[in-house]
Amino acid sequence: MDHKGTKLIHKYLRHDKKFPHVWCPGCGNGIVLGALIRAIDKLGLKKDDVVMVSGIGCSGRMPVYVDFNTLHTTHGRALTFATGIKLVRPHLHVMVVMGDGDATAIGGNHFIHAARRNIDLTAIIVNNQIYGMTGGQHSPTTPYGCKATTAMYGHIEHAFSISELAVTAGASFVARGSVYHAQMLDGMLEKAILKKGFSVVEVMSNCHVQFGRRNQMGDPVTMMKRLKDHAVRIEKAKTMEPGELEGKFTIGILADVDKPVYTEEYEKIREGAKR
Amino acid sequence: MRQVIKGNHAVSHGVRLSKVKVISAYPITPQTTIVEELSEMCASGALDAKFIKVESEHSALAALIGSATAGVRSFTATSSQGLLLMHEVLHWVCGARLPIVLANVNRAVGAGWNIWADQTDSISQRDTGWIQIYCESNQEVLDSVIMAYKLAEKLMLPVMVSYDAFFLSHTSEVVDIPDQDTVDQFLPPFEPPHKVDFADPRMFGGMIGPEIYYEERYCIHKDAMAAIKTYSEICQQFQEAFGREYALAESYMVDDAEIIVVTAGTITSVARIAVRKAREKGIKLGLMKLRLFRPVPYELWRGILGGVNKVVVIDRNLIGGVGGAFVSEIRSALFPLEKRPVVYSAIAGLGGRDVTPADVLGIVEHVASGKADVDTPIFWGLKE
Ligand SMILES: Cc1ncc(C[n+]2csc(CCOP(=O)(O)OP(=O)(O)O)c2C)c(N)n1
Ligand code: SF4
Ligand SMILES: [Mg+2]
Repeated sequence: MDHKGTKLIHKYLRHDKKFPHVWCPGCGNGIVLGALIRAIDKLGLKKDDVVMVSGIGCSGRMPVYVDFNTLHTTHGRALTFATGIKLVRPHLHVMVVMGDGDATAIGGNHFIHAARRNIDLTAIIVNNQIYGMTGGQHSPTTPYGCKATTAMYGHIEHAFSISELAVTAGASFVARGSVYHAQMLDGMLEKAILKKGFSVVEVMSNCHVQFGRRNQMGDPVTMMKRLKDHAVRIEKAKTMEPGELEGKFTIGILADVDKPVYTEEYEKIREGAKR
Repeated sequence: MRQVIKGNHAVSHGVRLSKVKVISAYPITPQTTIVEELSEMCASGALDAKFIKVESEHSALAALIGSATAGVRSFTATSSQGLLLMHEVLHWVCGARLPIVLANVNRAVGAGWNIWADQTDSISQRDTGWIQIYCESNQEVLDSVIMAYKLAEKLMLPVMVSYDAFFLSHTSEVVDIPDQDTVDQFLPPFEPPHKVDFADPRMFGGMIGPEIYYEERYCIHKDAMAAIKTYSEICQQFQEAFGREYALAESYMVDDAEIIVVTAGTITSVARIAVRKAREKGIKLGLMKLRLFRPVPYELWRGILGGVNKVVVIDRNLIGGVGGAFVSEIRSALFPLEKRPVVYSAIAGLGGRDVTPADVLGIVEHVASGKADVDTPIFWGLKE
C-alpha cells in the first residue's frame, strides 16, 4: 500500500480507542476494510451518513475499528438490526459486514429474506470458508473434503455458493471479489453502495490460521496466490467448459438489476393510504 | 485413571463414558473444545456415536428432539448466547419429556459482549423445566454428566449441567476418569418408555386441549419435584460405585456456624478458604454450596441454613430490577420457617471478574459487622 493509501485509511480509524486490532498478521479482513474505506471515501460519503453493522466473527470486528456509526450485533442477526435502522433512517448508507458462518449458517434465513425483500442495504460477506473466530469449525462454505476442527477427516457436506444464493433469493446487485483483487474490490463496493436495493459483495478471503493451516495451503502469501490462480472472471468463465471450472471460483458481477426497493415502496403505500 | 484435564474435556469424557449416541452442536466460546473433541472421538471410533455440527444452537437442540424421540441417548453443549437461542426448544424438550443432557459453560450474556464467567445464561433458563446442576470442579463436571443421564432417564426430563467459563472450562485439574465397566454398571443402556418404533406406531407432538393440558403440566411438575429424592438416591449409588460423594447441596463447617455464605460454581472453592480465614479471625462462618438448583431442594436448604442468624448469598449474576437470582430463591425457601435467618445478598464476579478469598471474607465481615442493609445487595467491588 502506498503512503497516500495508508493515510487515507487512517483518516477513518478509531486510533485511540480500539487498537491494536485482533486480526492475525496476514489476514484478509484488513484488505476488505481498506477497500470499503476507499470506496466510501471515493464516493464522498459523510462519516455520519454511514452506518456499519456487523455480526460476530473475526470479520465482524470490522466496524469496531472505524469512525462511522457502528453497531456490533449478535451472531447471525446483523441484517435484522440493519433492517430496523434502514426503516427509520432510509437516507443513511447502511452497510452490513458478515462472515460466511454468520451470514449463511446461523443467519441464513435473514440473508435470503433481506434479499427477497430487496431492502436497500449493502451486505459484505467475508468468505474465508471457515469459522475463524471460534477456532476453525466448518462453515456452510467449507469445500467438500477439506479439513476443519469439526471435520478432522474431511468435510462431507457440500458448500453453498453465497453469490448464487443471493441472486436466486432476489438481490438487486451481487458481486464476488477476492482480497487478492483489491482494486477490483474497491469498484465492486462502490457499485454496491450506490445500488438501490439489496446488494451483496462476497469477498473470498484467506484465513491461513484456521483454514489454510489445516489444509496445507501455506502462509498468507501462498494463500493470496491461490486466490489469484483460482479466480476466473465471469466473462471468461462463460467461454469455458464446466469441467475446466472445477475447484475455481468466478469473480465479477453476477447480478445488477433494477426493481422496486422496499423502503420506497413502503412510502408509496403510506402516501396512498393517507388519501 | 487419573489425568490432568480441562473442564471441557471432563465433559467429553463424561459423554463418552455415558455412551451417548447422538451429539449435535454449534460452536461458541468457551464451549467449543467440548464438541471439537467429541467430533474427533466420533470420527475415530473412540465413541460409537453420530456427531453433527449444525447451523445454529436452535437447530442443535432441535435435532436432538429427533434423536431422543427415536430413542437414543443425546447430548449437546453450549454457552451464553447459544443457550439463549435455544430457549424455545428448551421448553419443548421438557414438554416432550426427552431425557437430553446439555452441558452449559456459564458465560456472560450480551449486550455488551463478554465471554467470561457469569451465571446469568443458565439462570435465565431456570423456568424452562430443565433440571439444573452447578459444578465446582472438573471432577464434579465429569461425574455430573454421568449422573445426569441416570437422573434424566429415570424421570424422562432434561438435565443441564453448568460450570464456569475459563475457571473450569479452560483450566486443567487432576480428574479421576472412571473405567467403562463401572460406568456401564451404574448407567445401563437407555430403554425409553416410548420411541419411534414401526412395530408400535405413535404420534408425537400432537395438539392437546384445555381438558388435558393442565394435567400434562402437572405431571411434569410432579416428576421434576421427584428429582429431589431420585437425585439423592443417585448420589448415594454413585458414591457406592465410584467412591466420590455428592449431595443436592453441600455444606462445610456449618455445625457451629453463626453465619453461612452460600455460593454456586467455582466461587465455592474460594469461599472454603474464606471460611477457614474467617474462623482464624473469630467469625464462625460456614458454607453452603448449591448443586441442584432446579428443582429447589427446599427441605435440605432449610435444614442447613435454618438454624443460623445470618446467611449471605453470593450471586455471580445480576438481574436488572431483581438483584441476584440465587438469593431470591433462598429467601423464598426459608420464608415458611417460624424463626429464620436474615438473608443478605452480595453480587460479585460478574462478567468474569475475579473473586478472591479476601473478597468473600470482605463480604462476610461486612455482614458480620451489622453494617449491611438487608434490602440492598452488597455490590462487592463495584467501581463508582
Ligand atoms: C448464538 C451464538 N452462537 C455462537 C456464537 C459463537 N461464534 C462467534 S463467531 C462464530 C463463527 C464465526 O465464523 P464466521 O461467521 O465465518 O466469521 P469469521 O470469524 O470466519 O470471520 C461463532 C460460531 C455466538 N457468538 N453466538
Ligand atoms: S483467525 Fe483467520 S479470519 Fe480470524 S483474524 Fe486470524 S486469519 Fe483472520
Ligand atoms: Mg468465516
